[in-house]
Amino acid sequence: MNKSKLIENLSQAVDLPLRKAEEVVNAVFGDMEKALIKGERVEIRGLGSFKVKKYDGYKGRNPKTGEVIDVTPKQLPFFKVGKELKERVDIN
Amino acid sequence: MALTKEKIIDSIYDQVGLSKSQSRTVVERLLEIMKQSLESGEDILISGFGKFVVKEKSARRGRNPQTTEDLQLRARRVVVFKTSGVLRDKIN
Repeated sequence: MNKSKLIENLSQAVDLPLRKAEEVVNAVFGDMEKALIKGERVEIRGLGSFKVKKYDGYKGRNPKTGEVIDVTPKQLPFFKVGKELKERVDIN
Repeated sequence: MALTKEKIIDSIYDQVGLSKSQSRTVVERLLEIMKQSLESGEDILISGFGKFVVKEKSARRGRNPQTTEDLQLRARRVVVFKTSGVLRDKIN
């Protein structure tokens, strides 16, 4: 399911015009994005939480050529699945 | 401060022009649609943000690191999040 399908499904589920549903979906993910850019945590009960993890730089190797390369330090969002979603997705 | 569901509901109320209770209903419903999709095994792709992917993990032999006891871990179904390149670049 992509964003436009999500917008469509939401619009039907809550009887909201498509354009409004689109604003809602964009605002929700926009808020999450802004929080993560600021380095803040996102905590949605039942769905999960995101936090930005910092990774140190290290010397890596191109596995194809064996060439040594510097991997620069980076920050990546890390998603931890919430309890409810975890249990619902898992088999039985 | 972490971004929570309550803050997202407030932000929908401020940005989209729905009542407080409508904002709540719409946000709860959006999260429920996402959870249902993942529960049914369908991935969710939010362009510019990332994707939530349902992964099948096969059973494997594991070990309790505290007791070093061998144990069999059953097959599982889990959700993983992959950050979009666009968001990753914005965070770094």
